[in-house]
Amino acid sequence: MRFNRASTRQLCGLFSAAAFALTFSGCANKTVGTSPGGDGSSASSPIVIGEFASMTGAQATFGSSTDKGVQLAAAEINKAGGIDGHQVAIHLENDEGQPDAAATGVKKLITEDKAIAILGEVASKNSIAAAPFCNSNRVPMISPSSTNPKVTQTGPYIFRVCFIDPFQGTVAAKFVTGTLKAKTAAILYDKTSDYSNGLQDFFQKAFVAQGGKVLLVRTYQAGDPDFRSSLTTIKAANPDILYVPGYYNEVGTIARQARQLGITAPLVGGDGWESPKLIEGAGGPGGALEGCYFTDHSALDERDPVVKKFVESYKAANGGQSPDALTGQGYDAAGVLFAAIKAAGKPDGGDYNSDAFRAKLRDAIAATAGYKGATGDITLDADRNAKKAAVVLQIKGSNYKNVIATFQP
Amino acid sequence: MHDLPQQILIGLQLGSIYALIALGYTMVYGVLKLINFAHGDVYMVGAYAGIGAAWLLGTWLPSVVHLPPLIPSPLGAVLVLLASMVICGLLGLIIEQAAYRPLRTRAWIAPALFLGAAVGYVAYGIATNANRTPVSAIIIGIVAWAGLAALLYTTQRRRSPGSGSRLTALITAIGVSLFLENFGVLPQIFSSDPRFFPNDPPIARLAPNVETGLIFTVSLVLMIALTYIVTRTRIGKAIRAVSFDSDAAALMGINTDRVIAFTFALGAALAGAAGVLVFGLQHTKFDPYVGILYGLKAFVAAVLGGIGNIPGAVLGGLIMGLAETLVVAYGPNIGIDSTYRDAVAFFLLILILLFRPAGLLGKFAPEKV
Repeated sequence: MRFNRASTRQLCGLFSAAAFALTFSGCANKTVGTSPGGDGSSASSPIVIGEFASMTGAQATFGSSTDKGVQLAAAEINKAGGIDGHQVAIHLENDEGQPDAAATGVKKLITEDKAIAILGEVASKNSIAAAPFCNSNRVPMISPSSTNPKVTQTGPYIFRVCFIDPFQGTVAAKFVTGTLKAKTAAILYDKTSDYSNGLQDFFQKAFVAQGGKVLLVRTYQAGDPDFRSSLTTIKAANPDILYVPGYYNEVGTIARQARQLGITAPLVGGDGWESPKLIEGAGGPGGALEGCYFTDHSALDERDPVVKKFVESYKAANGGQSPDALTGQGYDAAGVLFAAIKAAGKPDGGDYNSDAFRAKLRDAIAATAGYKGATGDITLDADRNAKKAAVVLQIKGSNYKNVIATFQP
Repeated sequence: MHDLPQQILIGLQLGSIYALIALGYTMVYGVLKLINFAHGDVYMVGAYAGIGAAWLLGTWLPSVVHLPPLIPSPLGAVLVLLASMVICGLLGLIIEQAAYRPLRTRAWIAPALFLGAAVGYVAYGIATNANRTPVSAIIIGIVAWAGLAALLYTTQRRRSPGSGSRLTALITAIGVSLFLENFGVLPQIFSSDPRFFPNDPPIARLAPNVETGLIFTVSLVLMIALTYIVTRTRIGKAIRAVSFDSDAAALMGINTDRVIAFTFALGAALAGAAGVLVFGLQHTKFDPYVGILYGLKAFVAAVLGGIGNIPGAVLGGLIMGLAETLVVAYGPNIGIDSTYRDAVAFFLLILILLFRPAGLLGKFAPEKV
């Protein structure tokens, strides 16, 4: 009896061990573009680029949109023979939209995967969480679309290929005072988000500078289910516009509850609205966000040949789906990085992951000027931010990309 | 302050949701002296059950439930509500059978069945992810299942019934809660991407106060039904007896295990209803972690009113809802940011417990040594 029992337990232990082994093999990294059989000689070994993105979680479309752009850029350069005969391998870490997971993911990419450069993130708080490790390890990081100024202030190794929020907030303020003739505004922003905090601050300053009056400012926390209490006080104040610099998930609910309470003022937001799920959250096409506006990176105007080529190859690779601005940002972030790796030349001794090469790479990224990207011409300034135009988009029906105005930097 | 009536209505509605969830905490505590921390997650599952029911009904009975305009079809809305209550009731039963009963008795079949099914499913999922063939993945799943069953059988047979302490049950409850959340996050189950109930474009079908009133009314009807069950039926009498003294009740011939199972199902059904009411009518997003904060608030509401006391849970819920809403509405005028809504709710708990340690309606019973 005793022996039997023991053996049963041993058996169970074995099973659970087997299950764990499977767990780990199941979680292996998604790697694309590794050169065929290229794990032998160093001459053809791939150049490893780390990417961290919110592939799941509250901002899942940010990650998946950006990643599609990065993957497309990697596939294109690999098809064209790679960089100096080396294929590019993108190692992707999913941070689930959590800053602590972003920091851990980037640590893994740098220390274990030996990534020579990092691409990511969209949400500023995740970029801010990951940037210090990249900077202190002297691994260049390019954020495709984090707009909070603090991201690149981390240090000389942190770059971005998008505009920053002082500009975006000013654009929004100029648009609502100029085009919408708004004299008063109410602001409802996410207090737990660096992006939302920063953008509302810059908007408020610019709006007041343009002669507008901010009637009241209310806050929420990502994940709040109910905004009606704040919206009821906003309705009583009766502003000309309601500025909601949040992420797409909350914006849909806010818009719906605002309309229900009878707030007719247009909602205005920033690039955090950019998501294929934006309209679904507001109750579908023609729903609560109908006619509302937001500032964004690019509308991917196909009259530009560079954009046209990008859109066509994206559609070919993704079953006819159209890319969004964040996909374009991801594509451009990867494109700028690849161009800089080429510009940095061959590393001495052939090691792309040496401190010396990464320092050269950093300088090459910093020198990026007039790069023809899908989201516009990219020139990085002394603060490692891109000087780019912003567009104001209006939501009409199922299309949220109707360009109303373009603002040059 | 002229929007005060509107704010109070919003507060009462939020409070009635807290109350519905708090009832489950308080009833289970009554019969088992267990704080069922998995209860908030049952509420989360209720939202998913509702969206699933809406989808199924919309697919199978499109004439009854016009899927996009879910709410304007009253019959469809009621069916979705009932479906979610039934599914959550069953989930409550499963949780009790699989997780808590084995701690009190020598039961091993039910936990092996349900936990093993979950473990087997995860093993199967991992195996398919690791590019095993379907047949070998199924075999791995079944082997994992059988392994767990064997483990439970050997351990459960050797223990004496009733040896599990209340602390063990509490930790198990936290485990069940974490299990539901993280199981839900799996891409094959709910995935961590937020979801919404389907809704039609003309969003203002229901005027805001009608919607708020509807949530409040449905909650009230459910609470009255619960009061009827507890005070006027045989099983209700049994629940009260077990709650009063479970050993004495057992000696009087009451099947306490059955009463406990029924209590779990009843509480879980109310949580399921709350899930559909909040997310179906308010059209807010939800994800597998949405139950954490609601569950915590409802638990606080139950303690506030006096845990174990049914009217107390309702009172506690309403107080919490009102306090939170008033903080968001008028706090900013006096320098309290609206993000302090949770802090104020919990501060209220500390304050009330200082003066009434057993809660507002709870009876303070010193432990006899």
